[in-house]
Amino acid sequence: MNLLQTEDLVASYGDFQALFGVSLAIEQGETVAIIGANGAGKSTLLRTICGLLRSRHPTDVRFDGKPIGSLEPEQIIALGIAMVPEGRRPFPSLNVEDNLRMGAYCGRIGPWTLERIYTLFPNLAERRLAMSPTLSGGQQQMLAIGRALMANPKLLLCDELSLGLAPIVIRDIYAAMPGIRDEGTTILIVEQDIQRALRAANRVYCMQKGRVTLQGRPSALSRDQIKLAYFGV
Amino acid sequence: MIIGSYRVERSTRASRAGFAAMLAVIVALISVPAWAGRAEMRLLIEVSYYLALAQAWNLLAGYAGLVSVGQQAFVGLGCYGFIIATAFLQIPPLVAIPLTVVAVGLIAIPTAFLAFRLRGAHFAIGTWVLAEVLRLIFTLVQAFGAGTGMSLPIHVVLDISENRVIRELILYYVSVAIGIATVLLVFLWLRSREGLALTAIRDSEAASGSVGINQQRTKLTVYLIAALIAGLVGALVVLEKLRITPDAAFSVTDWSANVIFIVIIGGIGSVEGPIVGTLVFFVLRSLLADYGAWYLITLGAIAIIVMLKAPRGVWGLIGSRYDVHLFPVQRRVRLNLD
Amino acid sequence: MYWINTIIQGALVGGLYALFATGLSLMFGVMRIINLAHGDFIVLSAYLAVVVINCIGVNPLVALAVVVPLMFGVGYLLQRGLLNFTMGSDILPPLLVTFGLSVVIQNVLLELFSADSRRLQLPWLETASVRIGDQLAIGLMPTSVFVVAVIVIGGIEFMLYRTDLGRAFRATSDDPDTARLYGVNNRNIYALATAIALAVVSIAGVLFGIRTIFDPTIGPARLLYAFEVVIIGGLGSLWGTLAGGIILGVAQAIGAAFDPSWDTLAGHVVFLVVLLFRPRGLFPKTFDP
Repeated sequence: MNLLQTEDLVASYGDFQALFGVSLAIEQGETVAIIGANGAGKSTLLRTICGLLRSRHPTDVRFDGKPIGSLEPEQIIALGIAMVPEGRRPFPSLNVEDNLRMGAYCGRIGPWTLERIYTLFPNLAERRLAMSPTLSGGQQQMLAIGRALMANPKLLLCDELSLGLAPIVIRDIYAAMPGIRDEGTTILIVEQDIQRALRAANRVYCMQKGRVTLQGRPSALSRDQIKLAYFGV
Repeated sequence: MIIGSYRVERSTRASRAGFAAMLAVIVALISVPAWAGRAEMRLLIEVSYYLALAQAWNLLAGYAGLVSVGQQAFVGLGCYGFIIATAFLQIPPLVAIPLTVVAVGLIAIPTAFLAFRLRGAHFAIGTWVLAEVLRLIFTLVQAFGAGTGMSLPIHVVLDISENRVIRELILYYVSVAIGIATVLLVFLWLRSREGLALTAIRDSEAASGSVGINQQRTKLTVYLIAALIAGLVGALVVLEKLRITPDAAFSVTDWSANVIFIVIIGGIGSVEGPIVGTLVFFVLRSLLADYGAWYLITLGAIAIIVMLKAPRGVWGLIGSRYDVHLFPVQRRVRLNLD
Repeated sequence: MYWINTIIQGALVGGLYALFATGLSLMFGVMRIINLAHGDFIVLSAYLAVVVINCIGVNPLVALAVVVPLMFGVGYLLQRGLLNFTMGSDILPPLLVTFGLSVVIQNVLLELFSADSRRLQLPWLETASVRIGDQLAIGLMPTSVFVVAVIVIGGIEFMLYRTDLGRAFRATSDDPDTARLYGVNNRNIYALATAIALAVVSIAGVLFGIRTIFDPTIGPARLLYAFEVVIIGGLGSLWGTLAGGIILGVAQAIGAAFDPSWDTLAGHVVFLVVLLFRPRGLFPKTFDP
């Protein structure tokens, strides 16, 4: 059984339709990347999965076999889907440690604790009492990942991890992915950086204008196929 | 479909009909003293000044986003200003009215300086504090009878006219004229360049800033206009009631609560709303006149329900159903489809 | 000695004012709404205590055990049933709905209890005092009220900064959408914030009723005091609020020492002076997002 499955998923912001029938399936333990240009609908897809946007029918999104398309975000995280939001969104009036503790608010028990997060990201341990806006962009990204992990999710959604970060910082952040996967966490990454995505994932979906245009294992996809699926030319 | 051309129009059939209706109402109001009694005239005087206050508050909260709970400050200043001018400075009453309004405007400027340091919800209570400060100051002034207040000296009243009937006629016409003039003034001002800026601020504060509208100045203008209208009403209130106390002059119930409920129930953010609201208010008041506090309880409860269920008020419900605008502030683009 | 006495009395009242302000500040901090009926809830609590005392014949302090949970429930239902529907970017709906509530509560109390002044009787505490020197006596009751205020403010501060609930309050205040992503049910959090705010208000209301006489119309003035305390102390800092309360209390006491009718005005003037020269308050939080 798939851990996450979307079927013919449609989503809109008011009158603007952003997803036109997206179907994807992710198995337990996979790391899947979704690539696509700006406006392809990648972030919309994640926002729909985590409940910030509603799908048309409850059964359009299934998690562990259960329909979750009509649930609220606070119910979805309790089932084990945690999101690292686009733009990182730390809580500005909370310090690093309180931000991390907020991740555990839903009360799920599992391998991830404050100590484990600090081992994974030693940078955060050094600044555990700092207010989150004083962190660098890379540290904020680590904080956002750590906060989501504190919920001990079965599925981790990562929206645009590399956005606005220096290459060396991006490398540090992706270096943490294997450690997360080893705990059995399934990961769904949205990424504009194609190379980075191909290297990190077992499987890739390419989206264009709200539709899936290509999918497969990175090794099985040719450069031209990806170019066509990504840019549509 | 080929769009041949379009035209921009402002007046609609409804607005032309509304204009005709308004003319009819004005004619009727002019004729009132000929056939109605004193009680009706006094009621219409009160209707007039509540209409003026409602238009002023609508301009503040509905257009400029300045939710004030302190308009009683300027009504009260208008009351005392008029008494000072007539009873103490011996200025003839009809000259004292405009002088009072100017004085209230001058005092409003420093209060704006303080109130504008507070934003949004804090502004609301800030204006309330300012009104309280003024009330407390007047309770301390022995010359004005301190807390027990004072009466308008009889010579001031006689100054208007020795004849009671003529006096009441003058007061009636002045009040009704002020009520109607406020509506027209607000309507015309909203159509002006400055008024358009105000509507833009209402619709999107961020966007209006980016197209170069000086929001602070526009808001300050609105604050001062509203203060002047309230000051004017204050002067009329004294002429009508002939007696004033700090509690009545600076009453939050009379000059803020009632006015706010009128605008909310009638419909905030339109010129028509406060007119409808004023009518509803006086109908409710006459229906509930015998029930004491229940009258205010009902009014408050209706305002809460309207705010939650129909935030554009009674006029909003009418307007959205029939697309009528008696006072067309906006321009409409009509396509000529060929 | 006269002035020291005046200042001490003022500071002790200030504790009560800080308690008035705490509920207002909590609701504004979490939800960015100002409850214009805040003062009327203070008065409502005092009247609830009157009813409890009349029904079961207990003293006012025991009545707290009934009034506080009751007001907690009122706050929860008020937020879930009414105020949650006013939340959004527009400041008008919460202001006007709470203003409407203020008028409704005042007039319902007038209908039920008439305009007569009342007081919650607590004879032994009212008269007891500790004498320090010839002209200085510190009343046991004002002191107890002050101590209770400090304990309650400390408790709220602890809740905000040391508990999961407090963290959720602060996170929701920062970014409600992101807080939902981590399992916070905003509607429930808002309701709990209002419930706690009204529980604090009810303590303040009963203590107030023990200290002074009250009638249904005095709510708005307490709202203004609470607001002034919040602004004088600086937003977002509860110990600043305590300091603000003391400053307002002392200002009123000094005003009253010159002339009894100057007390409220003197407080207002101090508020306006702070607003003029230090619009962010005397003790603003160094970090204010």
